[in-house]
Amino acid sequence: MSVIKEVLRNIISRPVTLKYPQERKELPERFRGRITIDYDNCIGCGLCARVCPALAITMVNPPGKKDIRSRRPLVHLYKCIFCGQCALVCPRKVISFTHEYELASYDKEGSVVAPPFVKKGNKGGRELSKG
Amino acid sequence: MPIVEIPVGPQHPALKEPIRFIFQLDGEIVVGAEPRLGYAHRGIEKLAEHRTYVQALYLSERICGICSVAHTTCYVETAERVFNVEAPPRAKYIRVIVSELNRIHSHLLWLGILAHEVGFDTLFMYTWRDREMVLDLLEMITGNRVLYAINMIGGVRHDITPEMADKARKVMDYLEERTKYYKRVAEEDPVFNNRLAEVGILSPSDARRLCAVGPTIRGSGVKTDIRRDDPYSAYDEVPFNVITYDEGDALAKTLVRIDEILESINMIRYALDHMPGGEISVRVPMRPPPGEAVGRVEAPRGELFYYIKSDGTMRPYRFKVRTPTLANIPALCRMLEGIFVADIPVVVASIDPCIACMDRVLLIDKSRGKKWVWTKEELRRYSLKWYEEHGRR
Ligand code: SF4
Ligand code: SF4
Repeated sequence: MSVIKEVLRNIISRPVTLKYPQERKELPERFRGRITIDYDNCIGCGLCARVCPALAITMVNPPGKKDIRSRRPLVHLYKCIFCGQCALVCPRKVISFTHEYELASYDKEGSVVAPPFVKKGNKGGRELSKG
Repeated sequence: MPIVEIPVGPQHPALKEPIRFIFQLDGEIVVGAEPRLGYAHRGIEKLAEHRTYVQALYLSERICGICSVAHTTCYVETAERVFNVEAPPRAKYIRVIVSELNRIHSHLLWLGILAHEVGFDTLFMYTWRDREMVLDLLEMITGNRVLYAINMIGGVRHDITPEMADKARKVMDYLEERTKYYKRVAEEDPVFNNRLAEVGILSPSDARRLCAVGPTIRGSGVKTDIRRDDPYSAYDEVPFNVITYDEGDALAKTLVRIDEILESINMIRYALDHMPGGEISVRVPMRPPPGEAVGRVEAPRGELFYYIKSDGTMRPYRFKVRTPTLANIPALCRMLEGIFVADIPVVVASIDPCIACMDRVLLIDKSRGKKWVWTKEELRRYSLKWYEEHGRR
């Protein structure tokens, strides 16, 4: 019978659910959302791509360059499992996670984190579909 | 009356894994149950052989979503034996805290599912609301609600700050009060008593003989718990009681789990107060020496077993997992004998399987040659209706 009391109490109290998307929950600081890479400080070592358990990172070359040194990581967000291992191993600590969690997108451009030299509007481009 | 066979399954997308049972029925009574497993084979063990030790850690986390931290703890404890490294003491305490939070969330989730199975949806909503507090706590500590990625070989990734500890203590106070209330409900409420008491009894001798694990065997009065029998992490330093109930029915298993939540709350409090300082991780090499190791962990559902063999390369040579649900299946089949059809959902739920629900039931009445398909929801509704009509036996 104690349940009845509980139920009555809950009828008058505020609902615990939030009216998403008008109301949003505050995210904790350690939350792992969309990845960002500070490409200016990335040295192109490729450790992040080697350690990624989901094979979500490919190293891409800027147009016209073939050497290993100038490769930069490109993250396929639809493959990423947000484990954070890449940020952990990066020697320059240039990978971090934002609090952005609505990651659905209409095109491939929105579903990758790409270095600046990967052309915009390159929807079916080789770099984007690789890996 | 002729024996009628009902195949149940194998498609059960509503809960985690598909399983198929063939029930032999004599009227309303189940006289035999025959399981058929293997529909959810994902090839994880083989896949791990093609991943490095670090990558396989995240793979093991994905074996089960609910007890993900039990899997990673078991993985890192086993891998640390292969690598010959030991996690720092503070990391071990953090592992205990996260594991116990995980146990609370798993047991609360299970209590909600059980309440749903017996038609007590009010309780289902309340337990899941309270479980959300634990998930928020875990999200604050680890960065994610479900797949925490906190364990790593040689330690843990995140520390627990004093502010987090304060927050956790507050949540523990709230949860203790709520759990005591749920215990009162389970003991006093007529719905729980009518549906769970003396249903699906597992005798202690059967439980031992069929090698049941976890709350399933503890509900039959057998005192066994990997945390006490073969301590890992910091469990040898954190005091706790192994909860047992002697009745062996579904109600006893429920009470075992509720009491375990209370134990876990006390363990978290103790661990937060007595956490040693210092490092939270040590460096480990890429390649372990050749060798092999086994590890055992008390997951929320019972004993979880890992085996890792290394041949000195970056990838495990062999990786083997035995989850608690598999160990409980023979005991479950024993428990299903002699019960009513209407009790099937409750008894299957009482072992907290990762395969709890029967989404499609095909009924074949051989004497009439009739065939029809039941979903899990219909079976649940049938069981609720049957009890409305028949009341308490
Ligand atoms: S978070 Fe994990 S899955 Fe995602 S890119 Fe980094 S390593 Fe790969
Ligand atoms: S690990 Fe860091 S520095 Fe190396 S390629 Fe990846 S992002 Fe760049």
